[in-house]
Amino acid sequence: MRRVYLDNNATTKTDERVLEAMLPYFCEVYGNAHSMHSFGQEAGRALDSARETVSNILKIEKSELIFTGTGVESNNLAIRGIARAYKRRGNHIITSAIEHPGAKNTCQDLEREGFEVSYIPVDKNGVVIVEELKKAIRKETILVTLMHANNETGVVQPIEEISKITRENKIVFHTDAVQTVGKIPVYPKELGVDLMSFSAHKFNGPKGTAGLFVKNGIRLGKVITGGGQERKIRPGTTNLAGVVGMAKALELATANMEEKMKEEEELRSFFETEMVARIPEIKINGKEATRLPGTSSISFRHLEGESILLGLDYKGIAVSSGSACSSDDLQASHVLLAMGIEVVDAHGTIRFSLGKFNTREDIEYVIEEAPKVIEKLRTISPLWNEFQLKK
Amino acid sequence: MEYTKKVMDHFMNPRNVGVIENPDGYGKIGSPSCGDMMEIFLKIEDGIIKDVKFRTFGCASAIASSSVTTEMILNKTVEEALQVTNKAVVEALDGLPAAKVHCSVLAEEAIKAAIEDYLSKK
Repeated sequence: MRRVYLDNNATTKTDERVLEAMLPYFCEVYGNAHSMHSFGQEAGRALDSARETVSNILKIEKSELIFTGTGVESNNLAIRGIARAYKRRGNHIITSAIEHPGAKNTCQDLEREGFEVSYIPVDKNGVVIVEELKKAIRKETILVTLMHANNETGVVQPIEEISKITRENKIVFHTDAVQTVGKIPVYPKELGVDLMSFSAHKFNGPKGTAGLFVKNGIRLGKVITGGGQERKIRPGTTNLAGVVGMAKALELATANMEEKMKEEEELRSFFETEMVARIPEIKINGKEATRLPGTSSISFRHLEGESILLGLDYKGIAVSSGSACSSDDLQASHVLLAMGIEVVDAHGTIRFSLGKFNTREDIEYVIEEAPKVIEKLRTISPLWNEFQLKK
Repeated sequence: MEYTKKVMDHFMNPRNVGVIENPDGYGKIGSPSCGDMMEIFLKIEDGIIKDVKFRTFGCASAIASSSVTTEMILNKTVEEALQVTNKAVVEALDGLPAAKVHCSVLAEEAIKAAIEDYLSKK
């Protein structure tokens, strides 16, 4: 049976060239990058080189890059760090209704600590309503944190437009770019943000290595306490092999990026056109907005998402129902509900996320098998039968 | 979260799917907004369940719970079917993840609702 991986927004396969670049940093160059001896110096040079590569690609200063462990950790450092450093100025934070749990739960946690948080709504395409954000700003607002692209729908947010507003109002702006770095051109200074989270495993790098851009001059309160690594913002021994892998992965992801984006978008377009033609009563979410080229969120009416996911898995096709981080959560996706999608349709939504290793043959296999899975489940569904009777 | 082989078997090859026209007992439990809804149709002769069919909107464990429950009550007396508990459904499936045990409760309630419908019409 063919195996097709269409869950690249959850994580990606590590590129073998990335693994190759990492291997010497386990058993050959294994010193602690912060040690004074020659083993440490050798590791330190590799760390510096990786920092230079990533900084150059993102068009930022080396001093503006903090290596972390995960995207969630980067979001925590950014949001909590700003809240702690700027709380004398105010206690109000603005975020959106569609954030990843890494940002959403951090904001909710800060609410319990006495901060006030405004959750900005999105329109039917899943785009943050900028006018609502403007209305939410108060003199106590210290931070706006908004994701660059949504992990479930792939919808890209108007970060540049919003950064103009935050600058005018002297509010720190953080973006969670975990889903965009390595997939589309992302330059924090062009976006106008003060902080930006990203993670290597989303662009064929290793899991357990991520980064946070912190613009020079932005203060961050302590979230993790320890030694002096990563400008004391993220103490702890640096994952050298991981960082080397991230630099290599970012180099590979950004080479010929426009061409790769075009190919991925064409493949997704073929996929969506065929799915709509072959399966009745489906809806592509966020279709009218700017989306990541490889993400397709589809609501299969009158069905429940997990059963579709497992039905596809039985055919060797890996997808996600909403967010992988919420897979133990039985509630319908907060992202889809915020877009005004009915709760029953939100339950029946599947995220197909393409990556650089997907081929047209993969997609041809999915568009052959998915309609059979959907048809079989609909014969069991009382909702589908009710719908058929009403027609 | 991983399902047992039994759950996957009942999910992929559900038994007794469908409708019984003019059933002697009919039960419908759950709601679309909760993500789970089950319908049970019963044919009962001389107090014995001679046929049972189901339709379910829900996750794999909801479909598997419905399927295995129909097997458990087929050819049983109404009294015996009323004794089927969600615990017995979970056992018949070799277990369900804790977050999914409510699906077995739904199956028990759907059977009870169908039998109550039958008893109310007698």
